[in-house]
Amino acid sequence: MSYGAILAVLLALTVIGFYLGRGRARALAAGSRTRLHSLPGYYGAHVAIWIALPALILFVFWISFQSAIVEGIVWNGLPDKVTVQGETGQKEALAPERKRLLIDNIANYATGDIVSGEITPLVKQGAARFLRLQALSSWIMAAAMAILAALGLLAAYRSVSPAMRARNRVERAILILLMVASTVAILTTVGIVLSLLFEAMAFFTKISPVDFLFGLEWSPQTAIREDQVGASGAFGAIPVFAGTMLITVIAMIVAVPVGLFAAIYLSEYASRRLRATVKPVLEVLAGIPTVVYGFFAALTVAPMIRDAGAVVGLTVASESALAAGLIMGIMIIPFVSSLSDDIINAVPQSLRDGSYGLGATRSETIRQVVLPAALPGIVGAVLLAVSRAIGETMIVVMAAGLSAKLTVNPFDAVTTVTVQIVTNLTGDPEFDSPKTLSAFALGLVLFLVTLCLNVIALRVVQKYREKYD
Amino acid sequence: MTDAPSTVLISGQRERVRRGLDRRLRAERRFRIYGVVAILLAILMLLFLAGTIVSKGYPAFYQTWIEVDVLLDEDLIAPDGKTDPETLREDGDFRGALIESLVARYKPAGREQENLLVAMFSTDAERTLQNFTIANPDRIGGTISIWVKASSDIDQLTKGAIGRNAPESGRKVKDLQLRWYDRMEKDGRIETRFNSGFFATGDSREPEQAGIWGAIVGSFLTMLVTLILAFPVGLAAAVYLEEFAPKNRLTDLIEVNINNLAAVPSIVFGLLGLAVFLNFFELPRSAPLVGGMVLALMTLPTIIISGRASLLAVPPSVREAAFGLGASRMQVVSHHVLPLAMPGILTGTIIGMARALGETAPLLMIGMVAFIVDIPGGPADASTVMPVQIYLWADSPERGFVEKTSGAVIVLLVFLVVMNASAVYLRKKFERRW
Repeated sequence: MSYGAILAVLLALTVIGFYLGRGRARALAAGSRTRLHSLPGYYGAHVAIWIALPALILFVFWISFQSAIVEGIVWNGLPDKVTVQGETGQKEALAPERKRLLIDNIANYATGDIVSGEITPLVKQGAARFLRLQALSSWIMAAAMAILAALGLLAAYRSVSPAMRARNRVERAILILLMVASTVAILTTVGIVLSLLFEAMAFFTKISPVDFLFGLEWSPQTAIREDQVGASGAFGAIPVFAGTMLITVIAMIVAVPVGLFAAIYLSEYASRRLRATVKPVLEVLAGIPTVVYGFFAALTVAPMIRDAGAVVGLTVASESALAAGLIMGIMIIPFVSSLSDDIINAVPQSLRDGSYGLGATRSETIRQVVLPAALPGIVGAVLLAVSRAIGETMIVVMAAGLSAKLTVNPFDAVTTVTVQIVTNLTGDPEFDSPKTLSAFALGLVLFLVTLCLNVIALRVVQKYREKYD
Repeated sequence: MTDAPSTVLISGQRERVRRGLDRRLRAERRFRIYGVVAILLAILMLLFLAGTIVSKGYPAFYQTWIEVDVLLDEDLIAPDGKTDPETLREDGDFRGALIESLVARYKPAGREQENLLVAMFSTDAERTLQNFTIANPDRIGGTISIWVKASSDIDQLTKGAIGRNAPESGRKVKDLQLRWYDRMEKDGRIETRFNSGFFATGDSREPEQAGIWGAIVGSFLTMLVTLILAFPVGLAAAVYLEEFAPKNRLTDLIEVNINNLAAVPSIVFGLLGLAVFLNFFELPRSAPLVGGMVLALMTLPTIIISGRASLLAVPPSVREAAFGLGASRMQVVSHHVLPLAMPGILTGTIIGMARALGETAPLLMIGMVAFIVDIPGGPADASTVMPVQIYLWADSPERGFVEKTSGAVIVLLVFLVVMNASAVYLRKKFERRW
């Protein structure tokens, strides 16, 4: 029985339960609604919740654990001597990855997916058992769900009485659902931290954290053969961090002046109409997907910079930090400008009026009164923009280089944290090589750094806003 | 004359002020110009970007076709005389028939020239021929005139992306092919048509056969999963935090959490998806299901934040009136506050979805970068999405993929513009000042 069908049946039962409950409540009311504690619909909803909720909870748990249990039973049912990749051995003595391969093959053969390697009788036999067990399991689940739903229906239906506080019960159930939904955000953060920590710990058992954080050599390709040349696998992340900083600094050099001046002009000088047209246009820059910027940087801007460099006699790498940084800066302009705009607007008019009254020009007022007053907020905005630039991925993946180089020359190719995460994890990652795990260590650093920047920036921005409210 | 010195002093100051005034007004003008320049720079960059993409991308929407006369040679197509579709599909040597007819007409000298001639046509040509023959088995044995797709290099030549005057060694289209091309053109056998295949097929290694439909379907399925997960949860969380939550440590923590999650780099969500959904729960790689789950987690903070803002904008008087009529808290929210806040929440959701649609990095982490030809049939099938397709094509060395990439960018941007425009429309239409 497919899961879709099971859920459809449950839905139908729930709807029926609703009408049953409501009908019974109406019958009990016998024409005078005031006899009931709640409106009849609430009695129906109460019955519906009792049918659907326990069965759904069972469903979720069952499908989370079903595959592990079925695989375990299939594994125990296999003969003691098994053959994997042409080698026959004792089942219990099998290496974990071989065991995984065999079980995956059985599961894939059963579901009609591609099986790696030869289809042995062993796999066929296991697959038949797998299918049988799976069918059995889903039938048991369906039966259990049906029993739960029936019990729920019975209990809730019988409890319908004029004195029952159906509305309060239904509302409490809904409130609990709302509460659970609001904890998803916390669960996400916990999930991020745990998954990064877990994999990063696995990495740090192979490479010491000190070597990782302070090493000057980064070349994550580990040797496939012992005697391979130039592939020792070095995991000193300083060049990667330095590359990230270089590109971020270039981006900020573009974004901060342009964004800030645009914000100042729009909030202090521009007419209402100009503001209403220019602001959305700037915001379009923020709405363009980063992959488009990356394509633009790699295809148009990088060759342009290289050719321009060739004209004045500079050697510019075709994946120069300058191209990536420049485009990233353009992407961040609206970020800086709209945040600063809000902050400049929050500076009270009385400060400006006072300054004008003393005979200051507009620009003097802005430079000497408005900007100092808005400074903490603007610093916060810039910090948020920096965190954005550090975490930006697609532009640098497409326009920056792969080789880690410790340099401050913007015409050189450098690599960044996000580029290394992507290159080390795409393809078919092996989860025991330091190369793959290093991506999680870099991810952890990235997460922590951006988190710190965000916390500080949000604090600053909020504190500042409150001051004038 | 006791006040004479002070008059002198004042006029001296006035003189100083006057002298300084020019400088200050110049500074004022300069300052203003900086602002204008900053805005113009940003707008120019936007125009430059849009101009580049459009000028590079619009050729992707049309394509070169060549007319060929083909003898449907029975010996090659139906060697054992059977002309049912099954046999034609399995055994028919349509490539052979095509080459035979081409050789007969253009008379290449030797094997090498023959290869050059055949290379002018897409490998899709034999499929066109095959489909025609299956539809019209009675034409076997006769000569037919049929339009087939040109190879990507010839297509680029028609569009002017390959220069005729470059030295032959560095040119994709050789002199001999140019001569044949000119002959075909003189005979009226070359034509450019709307590239409908671009909107109907999946990815391909051959630029002239690559389409974006697979990626559009993948994006649609991914967005569907994202919407189904993120909207109800985001709405529920926003309602709880704004209307029900007591002010305590836990809700403060949740609030800080949500604000921070909104600023976490998207690639970190990809790492989460890889570690939790793929490695721990063993969900399928490259599937829209997992992509949608990851993007849902990413979009959730946006929906919650905008949802709370619109709930907050509903004036307390509405709630008080409902309370006054005896409604319970839940009834107040679900009957009165939520309907009034809905347009704002939907606007925020659309904007969040638009951002998710353009997101690439987290999807790279969960394996949606695979080369996938088939159109995905469901959320558990391997597929790719539009931004990832753009990334993949941008990485392809073939010249023909440059225009495909830009074409795909145009398609993606059209989707984004439509989504954002509908958000703006929604906001304008239901905007309410209390």
